[in-house]
Amino acid sequence: MSSHLKGRKVLLHDMCLRDGMHAKREQISIDQMVAVATALDDAGVPLLQVTHGAGVGGNSLQHGFAMHTNEEYLSAVVPRMKQAKVSVLLLPGMGTMKDLHSAYDCGARSVHVATHCTEADTTPQHIAFARKLGMDTTGFLMMAHLNSPEGIVAQGKLMESYGAQTVYVTDSAGTMLPEDVRAQVGGLRQALKPETEVGFHGHHNLGMGVANSIVAIEEGASRIDASLAGLGAGAGNTPLEVLAAVCDRMGIETGCDLFKLMDAAEDVVVPMMDQPVRIDRDSLTLGYAGVYSTFLFHAKRAAKAHGVPARDILLELGRLKMIGGQEDMIEDTAMTMARNRAKMNTKAA
Amino acid sequence: MSRIKCAIIGSGNIGTDLVYKLQRSAVLEPVWMVGIDPESDGLLRAEAMGLKTTAKGVDGLLPFVAADDIRIAFDATSAYVHAENSAKLTALGVLMIDLTPAAIGPYCCPPVNLAEVAAGGVSNVNMISCGGQATIPMVHAVSRIQSVDYAEIVATAASKSIGPGTRANLDEFTYTTSKAVADVGGARRGKALVIVNPAEPPLMMRDTIYCLTDEAPQQQAITESVQSMLAEVQRYVPGFKLVNGPVFDGNKVSIYVEVEGLGDYLPKYAGNLDIMTASAVRTAEMFAGHALPLAQPITAETTI
Repeated sequence: MSSHLKGRKVLLHDMCLRDGMHAKREQISIDQMVAVATALDDAGVPLLQVTHGAGVGGNSLQHGFAMHTNEEYLSAVVPRMKQAKVSVLLLPGMGTMKDLHSAYDCGARSVHVATHCTEADTTPQHIAFARKLGMDTTGFLMMAHLNSPEGIVAQGKLMESYGAQTVYVTDSAGTMLPEDVRAQVGGLRQALKPETEVGFHGHHNLGMGVANSIVAIEEGASRIDASLAGLGAGAGNTPLEVLAAVCDRMGIETGCDLFKLMDAAEDVVVPMMDQPVRIDRDSLTLGYAGVYSTFLFHAKRAAKAHGVPARDILLELGRLKMIGGQEDMIEDTAMTMARNRAKMNTKAA
Repeated sequence: MSRIKCAIIGSGNIGTDLVYKLQRSAVLEPVWMVGIDPESDGLLRAEAMGLKTTAKGVDGLLPFVAADDIRIAFDATSAYVHAENSAKLTALGVLMIDLTPAAIGPYCCPPVNLAEVAAGGVSNVNMISCGGQATIPMVHAVSRIQSVDYAEIVATAASKSIGPGTRANLDEFTYTTSKAVADVGGARRGKALVIVNPAEPPLMMRDTIYCLTDEAPQQQAITESVQSMLAEVQRYVPGFKLVNGPVFDGNKVSIYVEVEGLGDYLPKYAGNLDIMTASAVRTAEMFAGHALPLAQPITAETTI
């Protein structure tokens, strides 16, 4: 079976040991990390990301403390890799160049330098530093739905000018529709230098992860982020084994062994899950309202503590235009909503 | 009584906002503004407001320091040029108020350690960062009640209020603020996170302060201390508000504040600008020997 994309080569980048940390509330053990990473390596996945869900420097009260430091995770995983390279995430403003250097010393050789989709100019020193270390360096434009295609192109060109070798359209809220992906990825592909790669990172909150990734490939993306069994924030990332199967049917070359990916998803990752990673009422709300996927569990927790439904909190966070990293505003917003509702109830009585 | 004459170095957001704040000071008088771009909005405004200006950097100011009796200089350039600016001006006996993350001199957060720093007779004082000024008072409000193992702050500012210098050097902000959160706030370890939010209309500056206390938090004493500190900061930043908290969860104390600016150079959402410039002006006034007394007893009556 083949398609108009037959023969296209795409690099699949696994996220379940970084984005998946969100779904596990940062509680993945070293043994689990190694088991998943070696399964991915064995299945031929060329690149996999390993850090706290919020990246290097992510251990915090704001984002939770993982069971181990990033250095401990990397040092356990990297030496076990036969062919795969290991990447990390760095969000300037939280992670620093010192954190990146430390990850590099533990064997990380690729980095997503991530920023909100309008703030690329907060990344020049981090991108330049990653390049200086010789790392495979990506500019990662998060919450891409909050910028226009022209805006994304301008931001991508800035990151390219700082030294990024790949620019990602990152659908952090899992809210983009195929036409949005087409416009943004296509725009970047046309505007960036031919040697600069374009990537796409999807979330599955509207069930569009795989479809959006295929549109991105059609528009010239050569790197796609995905996650075994979808393990990731919100309703999960684009499920890696599903994407690999679709690529296989379309003749898109990923170099991965589909059945090994299926087995790893089913036998290694699914048993690790604390809850099914699926499109439930709250994760669907994320996709519907364009809210940062990582807010999901924080909102569920705040809902319990302050008696305001998680869906209401998520909708309010969307209305207030909160972006990735503002997890502190979830409890704050829930408390303010609870207070206002109590006042209204008193008045009504 | 004549006011003490000041120079402002750097014609970006912070430098320009300082002109407005200093013009209202009963103690300080802005006389010079130093920039490097003659067409910069800051320099043009300063000139229109009656200041002497130069676009030749600090070297353009040096020949006039003695003649114009400049005693205090505010440096709002960048960490990389501050050391040189400071060396040149302190050699002429000028007190340096450093609004960059360079931090050559001691950190100063007015309601926490201004009196102590001023008594130390230093020639260079560092104002940490906007996020530091908005949060360290609250870390201190907890740590003066009981010991804090770890303090973490999250500063979120509107994209329009963050200038190119800060953007290009975000790590310096992170390093300086993290260190000051611990050293000045009074915690064994500190961490600072900064977020730039582009929402339109722009969001008011928001800051969250988390503290992990060694022992179970003394809830009433901490709540009273936070209220008292709130009033203290409001004396120089009237738009400093407690939105929620303190919230107690195990040994974690969470405090949620908002900083509304006066709307001098940038609109009111840019509270980050105001808390930095207001802190710097208060510090300079104290050094000038004319500041209002700082000590204020903790009371339960203070209102939000």
